[in-house]
Amino acid sequence: MRNLKRQLLAGPYLLWMTGFILLPVAVILYYAFTTTSGSFTFLNISSITFSVHLKALILSLKLALICTVICLVLSYPLAMILNGMKTKSQGFIVFVFILPMWMNFMLRILAWKMLLSNNGVINSLLGTLGLPKLDILNTPAAVVFCMVYDFLPFMILPIYNAMARIQTDTIEAARDLGAGTITIFFKIIVPLTMSGVVSGIIMVFVPALTSFAVSDLLGGGKVLLIGNVIEQAFMQEYNWNLGSGLSFVLMIFVIASMALMNSWEDEGRTGVW
Amino acid sequence: MVRKSAERIYLFLIFLFLYLPIGVLIVLSFNNSKSKVHWGGFTLNWYKRLFSSSSIMEAFYTTIWITLASALIATLLGTFAALGIDAMKKRGQAIMLGATNIPLLNADIVTGISMMLLFVRFTRLGMNTVLIAHITFNIPYVILNVLPKLKQSSRTTYEAALDLGATPLYAFYKIIWPQILPGVLSGFLMSMTMSLDDFSVTYFTKGAGINTLSTMIYTEMRKGIRPEMYALSTILFLIALLLLLFLNFGPSARKELHH
Amino acid sequence: MKKTLLLLFAILAVFCAGCGKKDSPNTLTVLNYGKYMEPKVLDMFEEETGIKVEYEEYITPENMYTKYKAGAIDYDLVCTSDYMIEKLIQEGEVLEMDYNKIPFTENLEQTYFDFSKSFDPENKYTLPYFFGTVGILYNKDMVDATKVDSWDILWDKEYSDKIIMADSVRDSFMVALKRLGYSLNTSEEEKLREAQKLLIEQKPMVYSYLVDEAQDEMIAENAAMAVVYSGEAGYALEYNDKLAFSVPKEGSNMWIDSWFIPKSAKHTENAEKFLNFLCRKDIAMLNFDYVYYATPNIQVKEALDQELQENPTIFPPKETLDNCEVLKPLDDETTMKYNLYWKEIKSAD
Repeated sequence: MRNLKRQLLAGPYLLWMTGFILLPVAVILYYAFTTTSGSFTFLNISSITFSVHLKALILSLKLALICTVICLVLSYPLAMILNGMKTKSQGFIVFVFILPMWMNFMLRILAWKMLLSNNGVINSLLGTLGLPKLDILNTPAAVVFCMVYDFLPFMILPIYNAMARIQTDTIEAARDLGAGTITIFFKIIVPLTMSGVVSGIIMVFVPALTSFAVSDLLGGGKVLLIGNVIEQAFMQEYNWNLGSGLSFVLMIFVIASMALMNSWEDEGRTGVW
Repeated sequence: MVRKSAERIYLFLIFLFLYLPIGVLIVLSFNNSKSKVHWGGFTLNWYKRLFSSSSIMEAFYTTIWITLASALIATLLGTFAALGIDAMKKRGQAIMLGATNIPLLNADIVTGISMMLLFVRFTRLGMNTVLIAHITFNIPYVILNVLPKLKQSSRTTYEAALDLGATPLYAFYKIIWPQILPGVLSGFLMSMTMSLDDFSVTYFTKGAGINTLSTMIYTEMRKGIRPEMYALSTILFLIALLLLLFLNFGPSARKELHH
Repeated sequence: MKKTLLLLFAILAVFCAGCGKKDSPNTLTVLNYGKYMEPKVLDMFEEETGIKVEYEEYITPENMYTKYKAGAIDYDLVCTSDYMIEKLIQEGEVLEMDYNKIPFTENLEQTYFDFSKSFDPENKYTLPYFFGTVGILYNKDMVDATKVDSWDILWDKEYSDKIIMADSVRDSFMVALKRLGYSLNTSEEEKLREAQKLLIEQKPMVYSYLVDEAQDEMIAENAAMAVVYSGEAGYALEYNDKLAFSVPKEGSNMWIDSWFIPKSAKHTENAEKFLNFLCRKDIAMLNFDYVYYATPNIQVKEALDQELQENPTIFPPKETLDNCEVLKPLDDETTMKYNLYWKEIKSAD
């Protein structure tokens, strides 16, 4: 009885969810399966097999994967270092990584563009040091670079949170039982942080897969991702049916990759905070 | 010793990576030249002009208003929702969480357009539609932050309190609330952050003449950003810095630490 | 807890007080390109007339079309480019303009109304705002100035990775079509394919595809040349005197951005007042100083320095304009072709 009453607390949200989450999805589905004149079609969905769209999707998957791997490789040691610092406030660490997001996203990307440009600060610095120029602007490398920049906090924080939760007793106990540093790392730290790693991967991979702004600004218009194709269909071509159809396909990809990750780890996820 | 310094260097490099572009923008806000590639000397001119530009100041207030209001309402709705979902059976939880994940999984632009298509049927676009849209994509962050804390909270203590005659509300306030408060707060902050950073959803759901900082920057992007924008962003960033510093090191944070 | 709740409700109450605000009838909803009007002008108009302006911006004509067609906002006045206006006229989305209510129309040179005839044949729907051409902005130190008189230079291997192309379907195809000697409004598949082939061939040499940011890249000397609108070039020349502008001899595109009153207009009278205001000498001057594109306003032009008036970058000479074509709207099928071909170029290796 008590439980039922408590469940009712979710009532307002249930209404909200139906109205503003599920209904809009239904709208997208409607557009995805109709032509401009309103008759039923599969063409918007099947157009993913057009070579341009397929190419864009594959490139997106590739870049998102590279971005996720780089984030993971950068974040794991970082989380360990942060965890080893024994700061008084865990919140402070979180805050340091969230703070950059309070500067407008597009402005930050623009700043990178200035930094990375041919005659930008980084290249003049490399030049005076006699090093070769970093010529990555307007290439997929620049897009990955900025995606890593943008999504790194979403990888660091869940891993760090999972790590901070490991009881030092567990490690001490293992050590007392004769486990070496390497054994401890692989047998205790890695398995116990797996939930954080999984949420990190999802939180980086998904936005990287659907992003269009970064490739727009740093790809020099030469990197066409599936996000760009969708954005163009909606904004430039006024073809909402195509845009919806491709979004639907993308959604399926996202859900599939999430399901894949979740089957890996069903302990539940560790939040960003 | 070597390891310690290697760690320090690594940490420094990551922070440099994260904060370098912000440094650039702050420098630009003091640059006495309209061009973003030349340094024309130090000036506070853009800050002065900022406050005399009615359109920018309006966008600034709108941004603050949308950010605060949407985060607040999302936190309220989301916390209640989390409490409700926590009490549900596994199946119900799965359905609720599945739907909750949708705004996180969809490309922003799809969320924005689908909402616009919906709003157009029933109402005129305006400030409220932006607010509704922001609340919608903020709620998941709240739920996903509060729910894990709820799961960690000790249910037995709560039950015991009830058995000892505490009213559910009192027991909740005394036992559950302190345990989920960090989750609620982080959900709130996360909502504010996401709301502040959003462009796509705002662009499609806003009414005529309404601008947030993001939409303003977007339309200026192609033809060169007014330096006032750098100044305004710097101010916003500093406000956030102070706010978060206060939350972390302010009196209430201390108290929480001592708990 | 109670205090927190109380605070929450207090803030909610304030929020709800805000909801009740209904917009007053005396408003004007304007849709214009980004950064295409001096912001002060809006304040001045509001002060003089008491009409509240709701000002919206967009980036490309196609964006505008999406925003307008979505029907979510009732716009009273829109400014956009020639071919998009023609498309909207064809779709019956444009109201006739009553020029008698806009007495300052007389400040606009008749020549530009004549030009406008290509998309508004009877001059009854539109009011020109700014105009210009498309050409090559180049750096005199990096580029052989004798070769810039032809679009061919954009395919010159010598400038590999130093070329900025237009990130817009129509403009990029325009360059390729003109180089081939075709009309920029062609819908023949073969010709379009030919142009596409050229653009794919060019892609490895392109530094980036940009629209308006090209001017900043050129000022910063990150590239040797860029396909830009004449107005952009005028701006860039002010900041870097190594830059120069040329409209190639094969011909180019001439564009006119004009105002029109769409069918969705609810405040036609206010729109007319605003248009009249924009044509007034002092206001048009403010806008010219801000936008720095060629203005059809004769009063403004005559008030400028002789040097500026004769600046061929900002005010394209008649010979250049005669060699230029105005973009026409494409039928749906051709539009789809364009879009697909463009995506193929963008995804080519």
